[in-house]
Amino acid sequence: MKALQVRHNVRRFGAARLLSVTSPRTSARIAPVDLRNVEDPAEPSGSGWVKVRNRLAGICGSDIALIDGHASTYFEDFVSFPFIPGHEIVGELENGERVVIEPVLGHAARGSVPPWDGAAPADGDDYAHLVRGHLKPGIQTGFCCSTGGGWARWFWAHESQLHTVPDEMSDERAVLVEPLAGSVHAALIAAQHTNHHLTDRDSPIFAVLGAGTMGLGAIAAIRGAVPNARIIAGARYPHQMRFAKGFGADVVAPGDEVSRAVRRMSGAHRIGASLSSGAHATINAVGDSASLALSINITRPRGATVLLGMPGESKLDLTPLWHREVALLGAYTYGTEQIEGNDVRTFDLAMALANTIEAERLLSATYRLDQHVEALAHAASAGRRGAVKIAFDVREDQ
Amino acid sequence: MPRPGFVLDVDRSTPPMLFWHGEKFSLERLPADRSRVIYPAESFPGLTDPQAAIRDALEHPLDMEPLRALLHADMKLTICFDDASLSLPKMRRPDSRQRIIEAVLDLAAEAGVDDVHIIAALGLHRRMHDYELRHVLGGRIFDAFAPNGTLYQHDAEDPENLTVLGETDQGEVLEINKRVADSDLVVYANVNQVAMDGGWKSLVTGVASYRCLSYHHNPESLQNTRSLMDRHHSALHHSIWRLGKVLRDNGPKVFQIESTVNTDAFPSPFEFLSKREWEWTARDRMTYLATAKTLDRLPRRAARKIFHGIEAPYAMTGVHAGFTESVHERTLEDVYRQHIVEVEGQTDILTLGVPFISPYNPESIMNPILVMCMGLGYMFNMYRNKPLVREGGVIIMTHPTYRDFHPVHHPSYIDFFDEVLSDTTDPAVMSEKWEKRYAEDEWYRHLYRTGNAYHGVHPFYAWYWGAHGQQWAGKVIIVGGDPTAVRRMGFTPASTMDDAFELASDVVGRSPSITHLHVPSVLVADVK
Repeated sequence: MKALQVRHNVRRFGAARLLSVTSPRTSARIAPVDLRNVEDPAEPSGSGWVKVRNRLAGICGSDIALIDGHASTYFEDFVSFPFIPGHEIVGELENGERVVIEPVLGHAARGSVPPWDGAAPADGDDYAHLVRGHLKPGIQTGFCCSTGGGWARWFWAHESQLHTVPDEMSDERAVLVEPLAGSVHAALIAAQHTNHHLTDRDSPIFAVLGAGTMGLGAIAAIRGAVPNARIIAGARYPHQMRFAKGFGADVVAPGDEVSRAVRRMSGAHRIGASLSSGAHATINAVGDSASLALSINITRPRGATVLLGMPGESKLDLTPLWHREVALLGAYTYGTEQIEGNDVRTFDLAMALANTIEAERLLSATYRLDQHVEALAHAASAGRRGAVKIAFDVREDQ
Repeated sequence: MPRPGFVLDVDRSTPPMLFWHGEKFSLERLPADRSRVIYPAESFPGLTDPQAAIRDALEHPLDMEPLRALLHADMKLTICFDDASLSLPKMRRPDSRQRIIEAVLDLAAEAGVDDVHIIAALGLHRRMHDYELRHVLGGRIFDAFAPNGTLYQHDAEDPENLTVLGETDQGEVLEINKRVADSDLVVYANVNQVAMDGGWKSLVTGVASYRCLSYHHNPESLQNTRSLMDRHHSALHHSIWRLGKVLRDNGPKVFQIESTVNTDAFPSPFEFLSKREWEWTARDRMTYLATAKTLDRLPRRAARKIFHGIEAPYAMTGVHAGFTESVHERTLEDVYRQHIVEVEGQTDILTLGVPFISPYNPESIMNPILVMCMGLGYMFNMYRNKPLVREGGVIIMTHPTYRDFHPVHHPSYIDFFDEVLSDTTDPAVMSEKWEKRYAEDEWYRHLYRTGNAYHGVHPFYAWYWGAHGQQWAGKVIIVGGDPTAVRRMGFTPASTMDDAFELASDVVGRSPSITHLHVPSVLVADVK
């Protein structure tokens, strides 16, 4: 079948990385991702595998980072080449049922024993299964050569990954469910850390840096989970500012004004680059060194900074982290959340959130697979070009 | 004898006019046959012996006993003086305040007064740096009083050192510096550059609390102040004079000393700034060209340093002492004699070249809010009777209006620009919605009290200062300003003066009358 496939080519990764700074389009052309005829992936061993025909498949920041060579070497052992990217997927089963995919290839998919009955694919405290079992290594669908991915006509999904899309939900809305699930997970982690030993807990302050899909989703998720929250969003472009405000941010400021906005809201003093107090929790959906330093400095002592979306290598002075006893937490994907004592799947919460915010508004443009250079270039400079989410539309290829 | 101010009707032979453009200049040709330029009077000569004039004023005060008779050994004497917001630019040493205070201290020493405090009456302005105190007061006073803590700066946020003296019949509470209130005699040393200053305003604003200032520094007062240079038609001054009555009835004895200076603001090589353009010599034109080109090439910071380094060769033109109201009336006569220019009728468009400095950025950055304050607050208010521009007319200002703030002096201005102006430019709305939060912000309070920052509420006051002009004008255009900053303030950016005239035509038609207020130096248009 025709598919976009990423091969391990160090020289092309390096060239793409260099050019990504100056020309996203040239970088996308040189990157080791090509539209080619690939062998249909064989059905993985074990039970519960189904064919999913892709309808829409989003382009995530982590896809771009892997393709243009910015991803951390940490992932080298968690992916298997050549792979077909695409993990933000709305597809269709052979019986016509539409599904969104919870892309983590968890215990069930890999023939391992789940950490508990009913666990979500990303749950648990041991990642050994990610490189074991009857699949090649791969943290998710879209990074594993055994299953295929969303940037093709179809791929293999395990039944533990499937979430039925209601008839009334459009493909355009459903394709945003996966990134929104990540946002919800980060928002709930951040909310948990506003409960202990901090003042003004009744109306905690959240700062969200970055207003791409996940940052915007986090704003909406915080507003839903903590109605009394005071939310400050750092956004760069006018359309991001509008969305941030619309999704529930009380204050929206350009990145270089966020620190001042947090100071004003918290009534803090400024001590050098840091605030004396600050946000109860900061969600960082940018991931670079400067934003990480900023996040720690605007989070109040004993608050939390949550990393949403895949960060890269960073150079960071950890002294403020140490002195302020700020918790630096990762928010990788999603799983099972605790809501008022009950286990709830993050994807179910994300489905609801997608409806609340009419998430299809975030889908800015779709491309065919053979337009992948334009699509990837657009996604790599989405903010600057007034866009939020870019996706491949594979419906005509079915 | 200096030539008086006058109104020049522009014709085809009129040369281009000089406009300030922040730390730069431009020459702009105004349309012939429908433009006029208002020139100030030439600078008045200074007193030949200012020291003797001061001594004479102290010995022969107005409606009070001579200062010598008011001083006795066991008394509590407090001397207050105007802060760094005066003069602009700072005057060459010795400053008038130094001359006055030295004369007062000589008499105090003769009388054996040893409980003397000297207080900078800065209201909610930033604390002066030590080098500024030295410049204003001279090394002798600074070295004698600063080390033992008897030379200090008023703190409007120090509850333990504020006291209430009473309230007006309109419920305005006079809350002022405790040392001032408890003194047997308060001497005020003033430098009067414009008619707005002096009188009861010196003490009632200079050593008051935020609460006290908020009775008159608010949108309603400023929108009903017609104008700041005419205290009899100024709601701001009416409130201050009511509070002054409370001070007179319930407070310490006040001995007011007011001095005026001429308009000789610029030394060589900037003398051409004070000349009339058609009288420029070949040397003046060369100097202008060389200066303008140099300033164009210099980084903004360097140009700012040059201008703020200027020491004006101002000369004292008068000094009066005694009862505050009597003194101030004489001061106003002196100021108006120098500043008033009679002007026939209003204009459709008023053009203003906004300079690098305002009362709120000595040794600092003219941020966008101060551009508004200077243009619509001070320059627009340079009138008596009625504004130079007709109601609904257009005000065109020239200034780069860069989005640049002094982080030490103006911290709350940055937040005001980012937060408040993003929400509203309406003084009444911002007063209701935002002012209290800024006024009570602990961080701003800390910086005001211990650093060199303007009070947290000060950007609001700067904005209210322009409230009358903002309300009066149909459109405000800034030529050469940063478009984002200009739009944030609710104004219209234009790249050139011709563009500005084109934009103005939407409001005032194709052949509007134009009036240019020539700056420097200072004038008050008496509009008939």
